Amino acid sequence: MPEPVASSHPITIDPTMSNAVTNAPAAPPPVEKVRVKVDGREIEVPKTMPDWQGKMQPTTMLQACKIAGVEVPHYCYHHKLPVAGNCRMCLVEFSTPMMDPATRKPVLNEDGSPKMARSVLPYEPQTPRGAIACATPISPGMEIHAASPATKQMREAVLESLLINHPLDCPICDQAGECKLQEYSVQHGQAASRFVEPKVHKPKAVDLGPRIMLDDERCILCTRCVRFTRDVAGDDALGIVNRGSYNTIASAPGRSFDNNYTLNTVDLCPVGALTSKDFRFKMRVWFLKETPSVCTSCATGCSVTVGSREGIVHRYEPRENDAVNGPWMCDSGRLNYRWIHRPDRLGKVLLRGAESDWTSAIAELAALLGSAPKGSVAFVASSRQTTEELWLVSRIARKLGALTDTVAREGEPDRLLVSADKNPNSQGARLTGVSFTEAGVTIPEIARGIDEGRIRTLVVLGEDVTKAGISSETLARVGNLVVSDILPNATTAAAHVLLPGCAHVEKRGTFINGKGRIQRFGKAIEPRGDARAEWEWLQELAVALGAVEPSRSIEGLFNRMASDVPALAGVEWARLGDLGVTVPV
Amino acid sequence: MTKVVDRSPLTFYERTYLPAILEGIKVTARHFARTVQGQNTAKDLSGGYYPETPWKVSEGYRGAPYLVRDQEGATKCVSCQLCEFVCPPKAIKITPPGPDGQAADRANAEKMPREFEINMLRCIFCGLCQEVCPEEAIFLRNDYSLTGLSREEMVYNKEKLLGLGGVHAGVQKWKHKAEEARAQETFPVKV
Repeated sequence: MPEPVASSHPITIDPTMSNAVTNAPAAPPPVEKVRVKVDGREIEVPKTMPDWQGKMQPTTMLQACKIAGVEVPHYCYHHKLPVAGNCRMCLVEFSTPMMDPATRKPVLNEDGSPKMARSVLPYEPQTPRGAIACATPISPGMEIHAASPATKQMREAVLESLLINHPLDCPICDQAGECKLQEYSVQHGQAASRFVEPKVHKPKAVDLGPRIMLDDERCILCTRCVRFTRDVAGDDALGIVNRGSYNTIASAPGRSFDNNYTLNTVDLCPVGALTSKDFRFKMRVWFLKETPSVCTSCATGCSVTVGSREGIVHRYEPRENDAVNGPWMCDSGRLNYRWIHRPDRLGKVLLRGAESDWTSAIAELAALLGSAPKGSVAFVASSRQTTEELWLVSRIARKLGALTDTVAREGEPDRLLVSADKNPNSQGARLTGVSFTEAGVTIPEIARGIDEGRIRTLVVLGEDVTKAGISSETLARVGNLVVSDILPNATTAAAHVLLPGCAHVEKRGTFINGKGRIQRFGKAIEPRGDARAEWEWLQELAVALGAVEPSRSIEGLFNRMASDVPALAGVEWARLGDLGVTVPV
Repeated sequence: MTKVVDRSPLTFYERTYLPAILEGIKVTARHFARTVQGQNTAKDLSGGYYPETPWKVSEGYRGAPYLVRDQEGATKCVSCQLCEFVCPPKAIKITPPGPDGQAADRANAEKMPREFEINMLRCIFCGLCQEVCPEEAIFLRNDYSLTGLSREEMVYNKEKLLGLGGVHAGVQKWKHKAEEARAQETFPVKV
């Protein structure tokens, strides 16, 4: 049986949600149950269920059907948006127990079961009257006929009406393959069109905003986009203009639809009316390999799905996770993937300017760090690295008595999802002990150590330290500068040992977001050139220095780390799942 | 219906093998006599022998798949990539236009492929690409003899495929849609 429709408003994150280890949710209060029948099968459903904001409201027929495992097709309904009830696709036939108007007692059949009254048109009692399942509350004893001939006929009729002016340009439509109109037409529609008149033509390729393209002909006017931007994003920018079959979605006159959450309307749009300019005509969706991942643009760490094909990332989409982002994500995070395919990505292991290989580089590093006197090494790691990598850095640093820190990255927060901390794993750095609560406080001390000649070896991972408090002149005094990074910068240019790194979509690992949610992410594409996941070589180095026991896989490494870091006690890779686990921070 | 196959052992006469050999010689001799008299069957059908006189294929032959243009010379393919998806040996590789690609030949078809490659060494001439195409843009033509000096040469690009495919007159649905839309000039309703 599927979970009941998920709770909580995306912005007010529900801390009691899901499988938290340490702050286990309190026992839920007893819920009043109602017995209803769905397609002849009796089930028990809660009398009230959370609506889109998480407020308890009477359970609807659609929610009851979902609990029963019966899918009711719908377009305008979305569990995280206010109910509009305008598409009529979820019409179902239902019956209620018959009541004797005089005695107010239920009328019984001869066998003692309650006599059911099908809902019919009041002026035409032989015709069934459907009700929209998304907005009609259930009542005790109600029977929902989600697969009756009348229900099927209603769906067929609604689809036919929606398709009357639909252009059927699926071959050029980006939504094809994930289009609800296509899916429901196959499942519930008619095989042929009876409509012979010319279709109403509306504007195509309308520029709605900097990231959104609108095709008015494809729109079925479900108003999901209107409701999202008004009620969730808080920017009342969209509406419906004109009348009748000339209804079109439009932004307010003289305004561009340009808030930081516009691309969510592309996900919400059940048809191909709203399409992303960034993804437009880039790849057909059925080719995309979907890898569960985490957005790295800020400490919110939205759950995302990476769509890639043959080693190329084509898009990020939010993945529903009520403990983090709900079903939404911001546009800036969603579009922050192009750097992965920048042509100037570092792809070669360089040992003092000469091309080398990983085996000799790691051997040289192990010899260098192994023979370094205590206190002569410092690490500047990045909070964009995975928790496992940061833990390995902290273990190596502990072994060598080295100073460690990460670089803070601050930005403008907003009231929805964007966090002021622009690092995806600041908590990981704190919990593994690489940085203090305030990241970057040790960097001046490291710079002073270099200037005074105490620190001879500096290991920099994924950061440009020349912009973070260690000037180029100071950097030039370092005897051995070991740098691992993805893209070239002033620090990689000065490196004595340069190790090409991986983007997060090229490796596996975990991030801990600002609220302490550990989420794991998968590998979508192969690394470029000689680039190698940092945890692999960091672990080789740590093993060579005797700082950790070797693990064969990221799973093993994570579990080893979890048993070492107090905050992660009891967490296991296998228990993280796709939604992650919350730890105290 | 069951067909009973006779599996009784060979008779002495059959085991001598000579009768079968003689039957074979008879067939050879018959063909030899016909060739001498100039009555060879292959020559009768095509008017000559294969490399010199190419074999004439019949209607509906499934030769090499090529892209076609419509009667106005516009590329019909809209880069929907269904053929790439359906192709069993993965011989087709399409590069979609992307957000900033070249405009399509037919204005309201909105897109056409940036590049379209068929690896003729991989192609198995099954015709699924033609069958799946919603635009009638790819057809299995009559070419059965594809040769090249390298593997790269056998990967036909969009330009080559369009050149070989020629013209296939069709319904021109995009043009009709554009005409229909032009006829409804009252939109958007002015108030």
